[in-house]
Amino acid sequence: MSDFVLWGPGAEYTWWNIAVGAIVNSACAILGCFLVLRRMSMLGDAISHAVLPGIVLAYLFAGRDAVFMLFLGAMLVGVLTALLVQTLHRFGGVAEDAGLGIVFTSLFSIGVVLVSNYASRAHIDVNCVLFGDMDFVSLDRFYWGPFDVPRSLPKMLLALGAVIVFVTVFWKELKIASFDPALATAMGISAVAVHYLLMGMTAVVTVAAFEAVGAVICVAMLIVPAATAYLLTDRLSTMTLLAVGVAVLSSFAGCIIAPITGTNIAGMMAVAAGGQFALAVAFAPRYGLLSKAWQAWRLSARIAAEDLTALLYRADETTKPDVPRGLRIVDLLAAVGRGLTGRLALRKLIHSGTVEPSGAGRLVLSVAGRRDAESLIRSHRLWEAYLVEHFQLPLDHLHEPAEHLEHFIGPELQQQLAASLPKADTDPHGREIPPKQN
Amino acid sequence: MLDLSYNTIVVLLGTSLLGAGAGLVGSFTVLRGRALIGDVLAHAALPGLCLAFLILGRRNLTSMLAGALVSGLIAVLLLTLLRSATRVKDDAVMGTIRSVFFGGGVVLISYIQNRSVEGSKAGLDSYILGKTAGMIAADVQLIGGVALAALVCIVLLYKEMQLASFDPGFARVQGWPALALDNLQMALAALVTVVGLPAVGAVLVAAMLILPGVTMRFWTDRLGKLLLGAALIGATIGGAGTLASAKFSLLPAGPVIILVGTFIFVLSMLFAPRRGVLARAAALRDFRRMLARQKLLAALYTFCEGPEGDDAWLTDEEIAATLEMSPRAARRVVYDALLSGALQPRESAKGTEYGLTEFGWEHAILIVRGERLWRLYLLEHPDLAGQLVDLDLTKVDEHLPADVVQDLEAKLRAENRLPETDASADAYAAAHRAAGGGP
Repeated sequence: MSDFVLWGPGAEYTWWNIAVGAIVNSACAILGCFLVLRRMSMLGDAISHAVLPGIVLAYLFAGRDAVFMLFLGAMLVGVLTALLVQTLHRFGGVAEDAGLGIVFTSLFSIGVVLVSNYASRAHIDVNCVLFGDMDFVSLDRFYWGPFDVPRSLPKMLLALGAVIVFVTVFWKELKIASFDPALATAMGISAVAVHYLLMGMTAVVTVAAFEAVGAVICVAMLIVPAATAYLLTDRLSTMTLLAVGVAVLSSFAGCIIAPITGTNIAGMMAVAAGGQFALAVAFAPRYGLLSKAWQAWRLSARIAAEDLTALLYRADETTKPDVPRGLRIVDLLAAVGRGLTGRLALRKLIHSGTVEPSGAGRLVLSVAGRRDAESLIRSHRLWEAYLVEHFQLPLDHLHEPAEHLEHFIGPELQQQLAASLPKADTDPHGREIPPKQN
Repeated sequence: MLDLSYNTIVVLLGTSLLGAGAGLVGSFTVLRGRALIGDVLAHAALPGLCLAFLILGRRNLTSMLAGALVSGLIAVLLLTLLRSATRVKDDAVMGTIRSVFFGGGVVLISYIQNRSVEGSKAGLDSYILGKTAGMIAADVQLIGGVALAALVCIVLLYKEMQLASFDPGFARVQGWPALALDNLQMALAALVTVVGLPAVGAVLVAAMLILPGVTMRFWTDRLGKLLLGAALIGATIGGAGTLASAKFSLLPAGPVIILVGTFIFVLSMLFAPRRGVLARAAALRDFRRMLARQKLLAALYTFCEGPEGDDAWLTDEEIAATLEMSPRAARRVVYDALLSGALQPRESAKGTEYGLTEFGWEHAILIVRGERLWRLYLLEHPDLAGQLVDLDLTKVDEHLPADVVQDLEAKLRAENRLPETDASADAYAAAHRAAGGGP
C-alpha cells in the first residue's frame, strides 16, 4: 500500500480513515470508562463478540442500511448476553467468568456458522466482521446532502451521538452506580437498569464500529483507553475526556502507521492504544511505576536522613567527656546501609547545615539539626512509653515498632501521646524524652 | 452416509485428543476460578506465532507453536505483574493485554500477507477461527503428545493438584510448592491452548478449556470423576463437532465443536440429577411441601390444645384460615398430608372434615416438640442462632446435647406446654424417619 499520502490528491482517504476511526474509537472509549470502573470489562468484551449473530440476522432480514433495526437488534443481543451470563450464574450455579466464557464463545460460534452459510446473501465475510475494513469504509461513499461522505458515516455518528446523549443524561446515575452501587440503590437508582442500559449501549457501539475496526479490535477500544485514563486521573469527567483523547490518538497513529508498513489499520490502532497504556503504566504522574518508585525513594531518603540525625543525637547523649563528640562518616553510613540513598541523604544533611563537621573527621548536629533530632527522638520515646503504658509490651519489644513509626508521628500525635501518659519526661528505658518544642 | 477417509480419521483423532486434553487441563482452570485465562493465552499467542513465521521465513508448525507458547506465557506474566503493580483492576488488565496482543497479531498477519506471495499462502488467518481440515498426522502426534503429557502430570501429581485446587492457602501453609503447582497448571493450559489454535482458532479455543469442566461439574463432586468425565466430554465434542462439520462441508469445525459442547452443557445444566436446574427446582418444591405439611400438622396439634380441642376436625376453609394460606394452597397441603397418611377425612354436616390419624398425631407431637424446644433454646441463646443452619424441627436431639434438651423439656413441662409421647421407642423412631422427608 504505497499510495499513502496525508496531503495532496488521495489524501481524503487517509483523513476519512482517521475521522471514522476517531468517531468509533471515541464512542467505545466513553462507554469503556464505565465498564472499566464497574469492573465489567470482560462483559463488554463478551458482548462485542456476541453481537455477531445479531449483525448477521439484521443484514439478512433488514438489509445493510436499516440502521435502526441493526441498533435495536444489537441492544437486544447485548442485554441478552448480560442476561444469559446472569442466568447461568444465578440458576445454573456456574461461576461468572466461566459462564461468560461459554456465552460469548457460543454466540460467536452461532454468528460464524451463520456467516459461513449465508455470507453471499448477507454481503459480509468473517474477516470483515473480525478486523473490519477501514479502506472499504472510506471508499464506499455517497452524497449526504451536498457532502461526499463514507456510506457508514451517518451510522457511526448516530452511535457516537447516542453514547454522548446517554452518558450526559444519565451522568449522575452512571457515576454513582459506578463508584458506589450500594449508595445508588439506596438513592433509588436501579443499579440493574444502569447495568443493562450500559450493556445495550455497548452492543450498539460495537455494531456501529465493526464495519470499520471489527468486533475484536472494538474490544481494545472499549477497554484500553479507559484503563489508560484510569491511570492518569481520579476524576470521572477528566477520565472520560482523556480516554477520548487516547482513542483519537490511536486512530491517528493507526491510520498513519498501518498504510506505511502495509498492515491492518484496526490492529495497528489496538497496538497504538496499547503503547499509550504502556506509557501511562510507566510515566503516569501519580500511579505510574516510575513516580511510585520515585515517591518510595524519596521516603526512604527522608527516613535515612532522620535516622542519621537520631543517631547523632543518641551519640551526643552517651558521649563521655574525654571522647570527642560526633561520629565518623564511615560509621554513619554503615548505620544506614552504605547505599547510595544513605550517601545522598547525608550529603543533603551537610548541605542544609543540619549536620556540621567537628574536626577530627567527625560530624555533629548543628543547633538547627539538634532541634530536628529532638523532635524525632521525642516521637520515638513517646511511642515506646505509650506501648508500655497501654499495651504492657516488654522492654525488648519496644525499639523496633518505635523505630518504624517515629518517622510518621507529627506534632499533633506527639501531643496526644504525651497527654495519654502519666509522665512524659522519661521513656521506659529510663532515658529522657526531649521536651516539646515551640 | 459419511465416508471415513484417512483424512477424516486423522482430523477426528486430532480433535478428540485435543478435546480430551483440554477437558483435563481446563477442569483445573475452572476450579481455580481462572476460566478466562485460556482466552488470554489464546489471543496473546497470535503475535508469537507470526514472529516465529517471520524469523523462520517458512511455515513450520512446531516452531510457530513454540513462538505462540512464549508470547502467551509473556502475556500471562505481564498480567500478573500489572495486576499487582498498578491500580488497574483484574478485568481491565485482562482485557487490555488480550486485545493489545491480539491487535499486534492481526498487524503481523497483515504484514506477512502483504509482504510476500509465500506469506499470503501461509494461511495464518486460519489460526483465528481454526481450520481442522488442514490437520495432518504430525499435528495429531503433537496434540496427542501434549494430551499425554497433561495426563501424566495429573496422574503423578494428583493429590498435590487436588489440594492446590480446593484449598491453595492450606497447601501453602503445609509447605507444598503451591506456586510451582500453579505454574505447572498454567503451563499445561498454555500448551493445550497453543496446540488447539490450528484446530479451533484463537477466539474459540478458550471454550474448549471451559466447557468440559463446567459441564462435568453438574454431574459430580469428586475430582477424579470430574477429570475423567471432562476428558470424555472433551473428546466427544471434539469428535462430534468434527463429524458434523465434515457432513455439512460449509460449516467451519471450530464453531461447530463449540456449539456441540454448548448443547451438552445446556442439557447437563438442566437435567443433571442433583445439581441440575430441574433437580434443584424439584428439591426446592419437595422441601416447601414438607414445610407446609409440618405447618399443617403443627396447626392441628395446637388447635387440639385449645379450648375447642376435643373437636379436632377442620374443613378445608378452616384449615386455610388457620394456616393463613389461599384455599388452593391449603387444599394441596391437605392432599399431601392425606397421601402421607397423617390425615384422615370424615364426612359431616359441614362437609368433608379432616383430623389427625394415629401416625399423624405422633408426627405432630415430634414437630411441635421440636419447634417449642428450638424457640426456647433460641430465646435463651439468641447469639447462637446464626450458627445453627439446619433448623429442622424434628432434629433437635441431634443438634443439642442431651442435658440441654432435658433442661429445656423441664422448663416446657413446667408451663404444661411440652407435647409428650407415650408411644414405644419403635413407633417414635418410625415417626422420626417419616418426619425427615415425608413417607
